[in-house]
Amino acid sequence: MQIYLPIAEVSVNAFLLLGLGGMVGILSGMFGVGGGFLMTPLLFFIGIPPAVAVATEANQIVASSFSGVLAHFRRRTVDFRMGTILLIGGLTGAALGVVLFNYLKSLGQVDLLVKLCYVVFLGIIGGLMFIESLNAIRKSRKSGGTVPKRRQRGWIHAMPFKMRFRTSGLYISVIPPVVVGLLVGVLSAIMGVGGGFIMVPAMIYLLGMPTKVVVGTSLFQIIFVTAFTTMLHATTNYTVDVVLAVLLLIGGVIGAQIGTVIGARMKAEQLRILLAGLVLAVCAKLALDLLLMPSELFSLGASGGH
Amino acid sequence: MRRIVLVTLLALVMPLMATATEEQVVLGLSRDRVAITADFDGSDILIFGAVKRETPIPQGDPLQVIVAVSGPSTPVLVRRKEKKLGIWVNTDSVLVDSAPSFYAAATSAPFSQALSDTEDLRHKVSIKRAIRSVGADMNIADAQEFTRAVVRIRQNEGLYSIRENTVAVDEQTLFRTEIDMPANLTEGEYVARIFLTRGGKVVSNFQTTIDVRKVGLERFLFNLAHQQPVLYGLMSLAIAIAAGWGASAAFRALRGT
Repeated sequence: MQIYLPIAEVSVNAFLLLGLGGMVGILSGMFGVGGGFLMTPLLFFIGIPPAVAVATEANQIVASSFSGVLAHFRRRTVDFRMGTILLIGGLTGAALGVVLFNYLKSLGQVDLLVKLCYVVFLGIIGGLMFIESLNAIRKSRKSGGTVPKRRQRGWIHAMPFKMRFRTSGLYISVIPPVVVGLLVGVLSAIMGVGGGFIMVPAMIYLLGMPTKVVVGTSLFQIIFVTAFTTMLHATTNYTVDVVLAVLLLIGGVIGAQIGTVIGARMKAEQLRILLAGLVLAVCAKLALDLLLMPSELFSLGASGGH
Repeated sequence: MRRIVLVTLLALVMPLMATATEEQVVLGLSRDRVAITADFDGSDILIFGAVKRETPIPQGDPLQVIVAVSGPSTPVLVRRKEKKLGIWVNTDSVLVDSAPSFYAAATSAPFSQALSDTEDLRHKVSIKRAIRSVGADMNIADAQEFTRAVVRIRQNEGLYSIRENTVAVDEQTLFRTEIDMPANLTEGEYVARIFLTRGGKVVSNFQTTIDVRKVGLERFLFNLAHQQPVLYGLMSLAIAIAAGWGASAAFRALRGT
């Protein structure tokens, strides 16, 4: 069934969009990532104009994250206090990111920069997670299930403004979460994604939060950051396509529910190693695009972006 | 009305250029507006007509018909990638002043037979002539390559086409063709031009417009997004939240029972 999208001004198959939404939704529920880093390139691929894809994707992430966070909320795996602290940093970062994005756009090379950002961050994060979770699996097999000791970071504990995060079982300074939120906010505005794939590892490895709490908390703060981004795009660029968003999110919210169920039945190390593999695969694809000679050297753009 | 004006005008000019305007087009369209609805997936437009003449059919080269439909023209920025430091990056860019969003030219004979090069230059019928690139960057030696890229990319997307031998001409008087417009149309006034040619020379031409507009829900959403962006954004968010909550509640109900 073909459907014409009023803002994107293209006609696409409705079932294709439902399927894409569902697939990405499952991943979103399993790993606590919004799925934007997968969905946005997929939307480019089926012919949605990039500006519309990025803006609409933000709106869709709101829906799938909200659906996912409700499931986590019932299992009490959302650290609201930590989420709020991250959010304060995140919103500030997103606003800064939009300013930075528009500046880069005026210089021309914004496409390349976004892609390089993707390759570098996905590569680093995917690689680190992959090695770490492999080690964790090996260790748990060797020592027969003893919990590996969490690395304590002295410098984080030495900082002022300490706060108790009961759900996460942490007593740390608020400065690291605010900084993490800020950096992720900037990156997510530039890269046009929710930022979960950066946020989740940052929470695990930098803040030392337990994996089970990380997913719900990440979803919680993604809702607000992407809602903010959606409003920015809707009011400045008019590029949010609500018909596209509805089709994606119908698939997405159902997928997210299924994903949460799958995620709850898997071990933390398995979840992490799968997410790492996924992140590395997307990274490799984007890196190849930059390194191999493209079949079409020319690209068309609207004249406004000069 | 326009036809009446044209006929009276012709009547005045006729004695001066008797041979050139003996034949003129009487046109019909299966539709003069295309409504883009939610389930729009392309549209076929039947363009048909007759040649009106006061004198017998002229001897010599047979009558050929060219039908060209073009969408609204906009400037297009064309970028080219080059390998720098091992990766492919956009380097040169050229602004093509005006390129139609859609262009289809149907002819009743091979294009070069139906229209001579000089006439093409005058009336801008072939794809490469329909695109205008005046202020090409002097720093880029092969600016032509960029214009060709626009044609190539849009041809691959099915937006530009030359359809040779697709206009049927009967008895040098009746003609008909069908132009199928793809699903990814943009809004605007589409111009349909009809040329009658003999021996590659244009003997008469006629122009009309086809209105392509979004209607119904599509129109409403498009207007809302542009006129009430805050409301539109909030509506999008409300739908997202409602859908997220709905799915969660539905799944809980399913699992609970």
